[in-house]
Amino acid sequence: MIARFVSLLFDGFAYGMLLFVLSVGLSVTLGMMNFVNLAHGSFAMVGGYLAITLMNRAGWPFLATLPVAFVAAAVFSVVLERVLYRRLYRATDLDQSLLTIGIVFMSIAIAAYVFGTNQQPVQLPDYLRGRIVLGDFSFGVYRLFLIVAALVITALMVLGLEFTRFGAQVRACVDNQRMARGLGLNVDFVFMMTFALGSGLAGLGGALAIEPMGLDPNFALKYLVYMLIVVAVGGLASIRGAFFTAGLLGVIDIFSKYYVPWIGGFILYLVMVGLLVWRPNGVFARR
Amino acid sequence: MNAQTTSAAFNPQEVLRAQVRWRALEIVFWVATLAPFVLTPNYLVLCSQIAIAALFALSLDLLVGYSGIVSLGHAVFFGVGAYSAGLIAKNGWGEPISGLILASVIAAAFGYFISFIMVRISHFALIMVTVGLCLLVGEIANNFHDITGGDDGLQGVKMWPIFGMYKFDIFGRTAYVYALIATFLSFLAVRRVVNSPFGLSLRGMRENQRRMPAIGAPMKKRLQVVYVISACFAGLAGALSAQTTQFVALDALSFQRSAEVLVMLILGGAGRLYGGLIGAAIFMVARDQLADMNPQYWYFWLGLLLVIVIIFLPNGILGGLAALIDRLRSRRS
Repeated sequence: MIARFVSLLFDGFAYGMLLFVLSVGLSVTLGMMNFVNLAHGSFAMVGGYLAITLMNRAGWPFLATLPVAFVAAAVFSVVLERVLYRRLYRATDLDQSLLTIGIVFMSIAIAAYVFGTNQQPVQLPDYLRGRIVLGDFSFGVYRLFLIVAALVITALMVLGLEFTRFGAQVRACVDNQRMARGLGLNVDFVFMMTFALGSGLAGLGGALAIEPMGLDPNFALKYLVYMLIVVAVGGLASIRGAFFTAGLLGVIDIFSKYYVPWIGGFILYLVMVGLLVWRPNGVFARR
Repeated sequence: MNAQTTSAAFNPQEVLRAQVRWRALEIVFWVATLAPFVLTPNYLVLCSQIAIAALFALSLDLLVGYSGIVSLGHAVFFGVGAYSAGLIAKNGWGEPISGLILASVIAAAFGYFISFIMVRISHFALIMVTVGLCLLVGEIANNFHDITGGDDGLQGVKMWPIFGMYKFDIFGRTAYVYALIATFLSFLAVRRVVNSPFGLSLRGMRENQRRMPAIGAPMKKRLQVVYVISACFAGLAGALSAQTTQFVALDALSFQRSAEVLVMLILGGAGRLYGGLIGAAIFMVARDQLADMNPQYWYFWLGLLLVIVIIFLPNGILGGLAALIDRLRSRRS
């Protein structure tokens, strides 16, 4: 009983950490650039499909595909930003949502056309499979890997934001865009780099998610809701908020799926709507 | 044009009256809706679906176009109306017209309930809450399999003939007449609403959210009212769909449906009454043609359409046409 509980908690947390990697970039785009980018899931899908292609067709090792997924999603997102997004920075929320949903729909169709509608089969390397057994408890190695990876990424992000020159520029742009511009910062460039970083993380998350979440063309839409919950509840442009929310969301989701499966997504949506109505700017939002 | 706006400044009643007046083009449009009976009698089923989609887009126009409230979950009202109408008919009351009215009243009541939440939030949170509510209700419908049929859809909806005389036939003759009349009557009502002082205050709200309360308009109450009206007509559209197809699929409550109706509205042009109607017609015909080739890839065209419309035609087809006509006129003068 306890063992089951602990292992569910562990799985839920690992799942939550994956959600964090997937969605932290979205939180940054929304908070910094005030752009509703619903195509964030499509960036994740780019990373996922690229990783799976490299592994299954070109025989690359899993770990080697991760940086490629990161870079590819980042580049893809910057191209989109230059070509489409920047035209709509001053447009309404609705126009931004619709444009990016259009991109989501296209990416779903393209993925279905190129890769088919089935879930992609994935073969993780041996050292990431299996379980570690400690007395009564057992933990999946890959889940452990996810948690460690997410913690490393979080640490890098927090340290980068706090202690590097670029991080200081990002913080300045988030806090007061006009002032930052006035002080001579190249705000557009900072935005672009941050956007690329966030999308790259989505791509990395997409590659990491192939095994636990399954990769099919609907990925971009299916997990969009989760990403949006993380952002909406965690507050915009808040790494800390996104981290806690994602962890909690993962645990709630795994627990509700295990103990009350018939409720399905119901609780998830209820929690999301309830929290948003209670605190529209996010539960962990800075005041 | 200029003389009209100056006199408008002095006499607001005259402006509203001028807007209410029927234009020749409008009459042509509604007469043209009868053309399918003669020109394309084999496509009456599609035509009835277009009429329903047009009504649905019109109901969304009240929110998005006239009041400036974003909704990415409008299918929730459509779905509530559809399931209400379907369940009423399935449980022994197959009379269409009373069922239609009852279903839209239920949808309106649901809209009233939800409006209390909606007027409290705005921007991104509002978009997310509308999506969330739609998913939430969809999940409820999915879970109460015994009542709604869940994934399989609501089957066994049996409609009685309208007035005990006109049966719903497989060619969609009755369905189109029925849907067209309902849509036309709803259109008259919506047209009256948006050209009333109430409608004017909604537009004021859309233009400047802070100013309207400052000049003494109780905006939250007005927004609640427009929410109820919009929910009522969206529910009516859902009920029409349930009655004419005698089936309700779970997809009536899906995110895709919410997105589609927005596409129709934006494609035609929001805030123009006819935008939703024309957008719905173009959208439905395009889908009928493109999805025939391969339903899988329909999403690609839908997405491309969205991107093109947003980038190149921000005010929709009607907005683009209006701008074009304005330009031609100014060149001539």
